[in-house]
Amino acid sequence: MTNRPADSEALRGLRRVLELRARLYAAIRRFFCDRGFLEVETPVLLPANAPEEHVAAVSAGPGWLRTSPELAMKRLLAAGQGKIFQLGPVFRAGENGRWHHPEFTLLEWYRADAGYLEILADAKELLAAAAAALRGAADFAWRDVPLSCAPESWVQLGVSEAFVAHAGWDPAREFDADRFDLDLVSRVEPALPADRPVVLMDYPAPLAALARRKPDDPARAERWELYLGGVELANAYSELTDPAEQRARFEAANARRRARGAAPYPLDEAFLAALAQMPPAGGIALGVDRLLMILADAASLDAVLPFRNG
Amino acid sequence: MAYTAADLRKGLKIELEGIPYEVTEFQFVKPGKGQAMYKCRIKNMIAGNTMEKTFRAVDKIDQPNIESRTLHFSYKEGDKYVFMDNKTYEQVELHEEVLGEQCHFLIEDLECEVLFFNGRAMTIELPAFVIKEIKETEPGARGDTATNVLKPAKIDTGYEIGVPIFINQGDFIRIDTRTGKYVERVKQP
Repeated sequence: MTNRPADSEALRGLRRVLELRARLYAAIRRFFCDRGFLEVETPVLLPANAPEEHVAAVSAGPGWLRTSPELAMKRLLAAGQGKIFQLGPVFRAGENGRWHHPEFTLLEWYRADAGYLEILADAKELLAAAAAALRGAADFAWRDVPLSCAPESWVQLGVSEAFVAHAGWDPAREFDADRFDLDLVSRVEPALPADRPVVLMDYPAPLAALARRKPDDPARAERWELYLGGVELANAYSELTDPAEQRARFEAANARRRARGAAPYPLDEAFLAALAQMPPAGGIALGVDRLLMILADAASLDAVLPFRNG
Repeated sequence: MAYTAADLRKGLKIELEGIPYEVTEFQFVKPGKGQAMYKCRIKNMIAGNTMEKTFRAVDKIDQPNIESRTLHFSYKEGDKYVFMDNKTYEQVELHEEVLGEQCHFLIEDLECEVLFFNGRAMTIELPAFVIKEIKETEPGARGDTATNVLKPAKIDTGYEIGVPIFINQGDFIRIDTRTGKYVERVKQP
């Protein structure tokens, strides 16, 4: 962004992007308030994030900028807050590209005594509401491709099914982390329908992160990811509430970090202590800038991040 | 010598399984919980075809031994074309296969950029336009200045080219070496 846009067209473009973001935030807040969710704000500067192999935190003075508000929000669930949401900035080092920016806005919401399917029902209604607020209808076009965000347009596809169909192997049977990432971006994602929301359901257990395993199928975790127009938009879990298993997963993530020469992260002991009191819950993180990009009919995040450098 | 994936950018030349490629498009990709990768479109510098290739951020990528030299066409001998380095007077032979259609547009002392991969000539870049004499064509209809109706003609190398009706044997024409097509009639060079 220059100090003052060079011409009236650029000024109108800036105003449009600022207004679209403000309208999206207003629609999100209205959506959750109408459903009895409480908006919360948790710290941005943390003593510890959730250690993940491929998520790098930005260090800041005595701690780190948050890579997600997840651990703090789960402490609120453990403290008796049943339906909460938060809209705010998160930071991930080294992520920069057409659909990545090291600082981005994340929407997270959690429901106590629920799981990833209840969160899926919320997500369907939220997307339709956001599209209606910004585009006037659940059906609109992104870069000239028709996109339907109506709840009945959504398709669900098992991760295993999608990999068997497009990459020729089932990652829940014989897991290979490198092959999973490469095939996901080069074979599976390009094959997903781009004209409607697509949910990839039930990730292999080694990719459970903070999700619980399926009670009847421990090779898979209750985790889903949402794709819109081929863009990864959200990640949802039936939350893991077992502190011992959570600690073991954090330590395993740190061990993998060490193995590839990355520094391990400290564990959030206050979170692990609180987890024992946390009720069963479902939760989700949704990339708001990417949603705004699509609703603003932009090809890259550049158009919706006026302060982006370079 | 090797690159890391962080060096990838448009135009970078890399080597994969013994073949040189040029990166024509690249994009940072990273599944939320997955590793950082670069999704590239790469062009086979010998065969010319393109394909998609995704590199992990931790991958090492070979750097091809590519050298570009300015050479001047000297003469043809059988299916070999002899070029000269005007500084060192070194002679370099290029096989007809490397040149393909381009061999028809060579003229004596024409300056060309030749790309070598591991010491072997791989591709050649001609000047965008060359001037050639028409050796064979039906007599032109005087006064017919239409340029959209073409008739067949041949240049000295036997290359067949469509030219406007008014072009005669012995005329000189400018040819676009990238398309192999007639551009305009010119005075004798």
